[in-house]
Formats: sequence, C-alpha cells, structure tokens
Amino acid sequence: MSHSIDRRQFARLAGLGGVAFASGLFTHTAGGRAWAAGREAAKEFYFVQLSDSHWGFKGDAINPEAKTTLPKAVAEVNALKQQPDFIVFTGDLTHTTDDPQERRRRMAEFRDIVKELKVKTVRFMPGEHDASLDNGAAFKEFFGETHYTFDHKGVHFIVLDNVSDPGASLGETQLGWLKADLAQLDKKTPIVVFTHRPLFDLAADWDWATRDGAQAIDMLMPFEHVTVFYGHIHQEHHDMTGHIAHHAAMSLIFPQPAPHSMPKKAPIAWDPAHPFKDLGWRVVESDTPKATVSFTEHPLKA
Amino acid sequence: MREYLKVRPELAAVAALLVIGGCVATEVAQKPAQPTEQTVKIVAKRFDFTPDQITLKKGVPVDIELTTLDRLHGFNVPALGLHAQIVPGQTTHVHFTPDKTGRFVMACDIFCGEGHEGMDGTIVVQ
Repeated sequence: MSHSIDRRQFARLAGLGGVAFASGLFTHTAGGRAWAAGREAAKEFYFVQLSDSHWGFKGDAINPEAKTTLPKAVAEVNALKQQPDFIVFTGDLTHTTDDPQERRRRMAEFRDIVKELKVKTVRFMPGEHDASLDNGAAFKEFFGETHYTFDHKGVHFIVLDNVSDPGASLGETQLGWLKADLAQLDKKTPIVVFTHRPLFDLAADWDWATRDGAQAIDMLMPFEHVTVFYGHIHQEHHDMTGHIAHHAAMSLIFPQPAPHSMPKKAPIAWDPAHPFKDLGWRVVESDTPKATVSFTEHPLKA
Repeated sequence: MREYLKVRPELAAVAALLVIGGCVATEVAQKPAQPTEQTVKIVAKRFDFTPDQITLKKGVPVDIELTTLDRLHGFNVPALGLHAQIVPGQTTHVHFTPDKTGRFVMACDIFCGEGHEGMDGTIVVQ
C-alpha cells in the first residue's frame, strides 16, 4: 500500500490548504494554544536540515561534483542572513566502505568540511552508510551517541537510530529508552523526531522502512504535536501516520526516484543541463507557543 | 431355505466394514492430488541473488532454499509476506504457497555494503 501524498494533499491533511512551499507540521489545536498560553512568549526559532551527503561517493555519471556538493551546501547555509539556532544532519554523512580506515578518513574529511559552518551547534545521526557495517563504532568515535534527546525553546527533540542494526531495526533497548523518555513528557509537548530511515513502511521492498518503526510511532501517537524529519530516500517527501507528519529531505549527493515509480530503484543520473537538480537542504521554522512548524526547501543553486 | 438367508452377525459386520472401507478408499482416490512442493534454490552473495528471478505457480507450495557464499544477508519479499535471514553455513528454508499472481521484488534487507541497494531480484508468480 502506498502512503505517498503530494504537497497539496499533505497541506490538506495538516489543515493548511494550498500552501506552496511551507506546510504546517504541528496542527493548530485549541489544546495546543491553551498549553502555550502559560509558556513564555517569543519561542520562535529555526533550524536547518541537511541530509545524505555521502562524502566519499564516486560516480561521475551520478554526480561529477561529488567533492564540491557538500561544501556548496555549507556555503549556502552560511550565506543565510539570519543564522539558524542549530543544524541537523539526518544521516549518511559518508558513503560506505568496507575499509574501516577509509571510513574514518571520510568521517574526518566530512567533519572538517562542516566545521566551516558558522553555526556551531550541529547535531548528527548516522545513516546505514555510516554505521551499518560496524554497528556505529566509527560514527561514535567522531560524532558521539547515535540516539539521544535535547530540548530547545520548548520543543523536545528525539534522535532515533535505525541504522546501527544492519537489519534496520530500532531494537528493544532503544524502544525501551524511548518509552522511558516519553513517559516524562506532557502529552501537549511539541516533539520533533530526527531519524534516518522512514519510521513507517514507505516502500519496504526498496528498503525504505524501519522494521520495528511502527512500535515507535505507536508510542508517539498519544502526543498531540509530533513531527518526524528523516533522510535516506534522497527526495522531498511528505506523509502522515494518523496525526504524525513525516518529512523526508533532499540529498546532497544524488536524487532517488519516487517510491515505486519504477520497477527498480536506482540513483537518478546527473543532468548536465541542470546541475545539482533535486539536491538541496531545508529550513524548518518552529513557533513553540503556537505549536506550529513550517519549512522551506532550498534546492542547491546551479 | 429360510435358514440359508440368515446372515451371521459377524459376517454382516465384516461386510459392512468392507463396504465402508470401499467407500473411503473410493473417496480418497477421487480427491484431487495435492500439488507436490516445488524446491527452488537461491544463492546470495554481495551484491546479488543467483538466480535473480524465479518463477512460481499460484497455489503450488514451494520451498525456497536460501544459502549465502559470504556473509549474512536478508531475504525480504514484503508483498508476499516473506522475510528471512540467510546465515553463512546454514540453509534457510522458506515454505509458502503463492496465493496471488504478479511480479514481486525480493531484496536483501540487511545492509551489506556499497552495492546493497542493488541487491534484489524478482519472484514471478503465474
């Protein structure tokens, strides 16, 4: 069963209707406003999501600018007039390799490139290319834990790791940790989840799923304001499971076809007439008192 | 003459059993034969399945024998509800009876390296 919805359908589901490049994520509810009323005002902020840079990838037919694409994205984010509160990379920072030393070399190079970001609060999580061949060992050496939480201006952020297990599971231990974390929260707390793979079965036969992701979604379902941002599928994509919105980001290396739009998934070849087409990053704006979030896609400039 | 027509009880019981047995035997003989389970072997290795396409018949039971030449792989066919791990040194059997026709993607769902995304194949059910 396909869960695909286009932006117009998503906007309608989210109660926004006809929004071109911004979609509400936390639905406006009377409860949300009541919850917000007692909170301090002006908790508005924005962050930037970058994803799937696959540093170390080689393949001129797919991306002959593989060595300049990530630095280009860093430069574009640095050029924002108002800098974000923080930046998040939703996995596949590096392209996989069987060689542990080469994996670490790629991670070191990636780290050096993103050090150039003006914003120094940068959150990382692994993709399967970073972590699945060594259960996240190299990633932890460079970027720390693979699942964690943090709070920012009234929003509770949860980073989930569905890649350190090469079988694409969160696992019982992490699910138990998530349950304990959520038990501490008010049901009206705005929650943003970052993860690499989709938590729902977007296209399981294309490996676009998390084997036990439904358990995490079930745990999140009682909360009124939940939004999931993820990567992995190399394209902008929007979907809903109940009232929970799921938003996939564009990649910074190559785009992938829409789910089940062709018999076999494969990277979309580089178009010399439109370099960097369908690659890009995302700005996410949060208004905590209103329990709303909107986002804007930023395709990389040619 | 009247005595000749008397039926001894033990003979009657034997006759009844023979009749019933005959009916049962006839009934068994008239049942359509169960289709024999088909065996299909698939060998996995980074980053392919051999063969990468198998053809099955709807309604015919199949035993898919899975082995790997190198490392742990997955065998995932969500459209048919099939999932298994292919463990080195073991033969994994997936028994099922296809209940619908079509072409279904089988893919490795245990990340196994740079070519993992292309490690897939097709199950055709006719």
